[in-house]
Amino acid sequence: MTMPSSRNPCARGVPARRTHSDGLPDRAGLGLKPQHFAEILATEPDLGFFEIHAENYLVAGGPFHHYLRRIRDHYPLSIHGVGLSIGAEGLLDTSHLDRLAALLDRYQPQSFSEHLAWSTHGGAFFNDLLPLPYNRVTLDRVCDHIDQVQERLRRRMLLENPATYIEFAASTLDEATFITEIVHRTGCGLLLDVNNAYVSGVNHRRDPQAFIAALPLSEVGEIHLAGFAEDRDAAGAPLLIDTHGATIAAAVWELYAFALERLGPTPTLIERDHDIPPLSVLLAEAQCAERWIGSAQRDRLEVSV
Amino acid sequence: MSDQQLFAAALLDPDAPCPAGLTTWNGSDPARRFAIYRNNVIVSLIDALADTFPVTLELVGETFFRAMAGLFVRATPPDSVLLSGYGAGFPAFIERFEPARSVPYLADVARLEWLRVWAFHAADADPISPTRIARALADPEQLPMLCATCHPSLGILRSDYAVVSLWAAHQGHGDLTQVDPFVPESALIVRVGLDVQVLALPPGGDTLVASLVDGLPLGQAAALALVAREDFDLTAHLALLLRAGALTALTLPVETSP
Repeated sequence: MTMPSSRNPCARGVPARRTHSDGLPDRAGLGLKPQHFAEILATEPDLGFFEIHAENYLVAGGPFHHYLRRIRDHYPLSIHGVGLSIGAEGLLDTSHLDRLAALLDRYQPQSFSEHLAWSTHGGAFFNDLLPLPYNRVTLDRVCDHIDQVQERLRRRMLLENPATYIEFAASTLDEATFITEIVHRTGCGLLLDVNNAYVSGVNHRRDPQAFIAALPLSEVGEIHLAGFAEDRDAAGAPLLIDTHGATIAAAVWELYAFALERLGPTPTLIERDHDIPPLSVLLAEAQCAERWIGSAQRDRLEVSV
Repeated sequence: MSDQQLFAAALLDPDAPCPAGLTTWNGSDPARRFAIYRNNVIVSLIDALADTFPVTLELVGETFFRAMAGLFVRATPPDSVLLSGYGAGFPAFIERFEPARSVPYLADVARLEWLRVWAFHAADADPISPTRIARALADPEQLPMLCATCHPSLGILRSDYAVVSLWAAHQGHGDLTQVDPFVPESALIVRVGLDVQVLALPPGGDTLVASLVDGLPLGQAAALALVAREDFDLTAHLALLLRAGALTALTLPVETSP
């Protein structure tokens, strides 16, 4: 497979409309981890933004709010929800939506995002992002839920494409078509998780470049990059696990470069939630992403000349 | 049952079959792939409990703890997406858990750790200032009528075991081999600023603090503490509570008009 060059004027050009002009800066950001709170405040590293998991900060007081308030004074913020369960069969939890609204009100983040997944059922929370079939019924339900979220939060949300390990006999639409339809119907934006695109591509033997190219890329407001673990399925075929517990793989960096060629500079998060290394290691990965963003910026200028 | 109901039930039950309707590109058994989700759910929730109860884990070892926590997770998955509140029922589960009977103080150590996490995330409040303390204590005649407001993070734990000494020995304070676990201790847990403190309350202190939390004035609370322990020392306790930042206000009850 050849990588189309963005210097080729025939390559898909820079999207006409950017969705994050008043959102996150076109730079790299890091997930905010408690073990790095003090060091961040002491050193104020040069970084585009921080991202938090909303649910970790839905507490009354204490160190989490103490540090977030101070860090927010110095950096743009992305709030990333992991518990809304937008893909659930059941109703959205309106009390949780209310809590999210209060958190967004308090910290005024530049971006709010959630997942195309479900994590609750029958009052139980599973602490994982579970998959759903892609068909007309689930599409209607997801769109209703996103409408409800955007109305309650009075802002546009970004929807993240999932990493999945199985598919459903009940699916009648491919993932890119399903997501594109959601974006058109609800007006939400996209959080393009390049690692998820790669992981799902390998796990379901789909072409991750074709998947990305088929998405409504002008609506992408943020990119996620992360590391995965390698496993095997029952037939011995590669099965990648989205662990957020390792450095970003070379294949994911390549896919990121492919995405940036089509997107132009885009805010990019380095996601690391397990086996968290020293801040300096994550800052080095962020700098690597910033070099790619800088290169996309130069290509964009050349295309427009 | 709905699709997600079947999927959810199979996540928590290791003996349940893989849900129907799952497919794989290569026709391989979807059960192997479904196991990834099952594993993510159980392991991530056990990890959450291990984070909340580190000393409990140390007392029984990683293998025992994870097996015990896995049973708790399957029986009691979180009922909220806010995992900071997950584990409130774990100490009671431990108390009923037959294989843990040989460590009789395990449940109380877990209770202490739970109160620490709760205090960590509790609402912020400033401890009463030295000037206000001085003003409140200036008139000895009013002292018995003073009502205390406790810090929102405050918790007390009465135990038949030496919970504070056991917990402290696992923080590198004191020698675990020198701790007699069968000496009853009461713990005061309170956050000052960003740090959660765990203090041993002297005799009668648990009664005093519990009475103050219930809204009783100092005089009545002290009297109850004296009934509980005849060697109860109010001055020492007040000093301890004020030093720990456990009180946010000392006020006279609002006078009601006759």
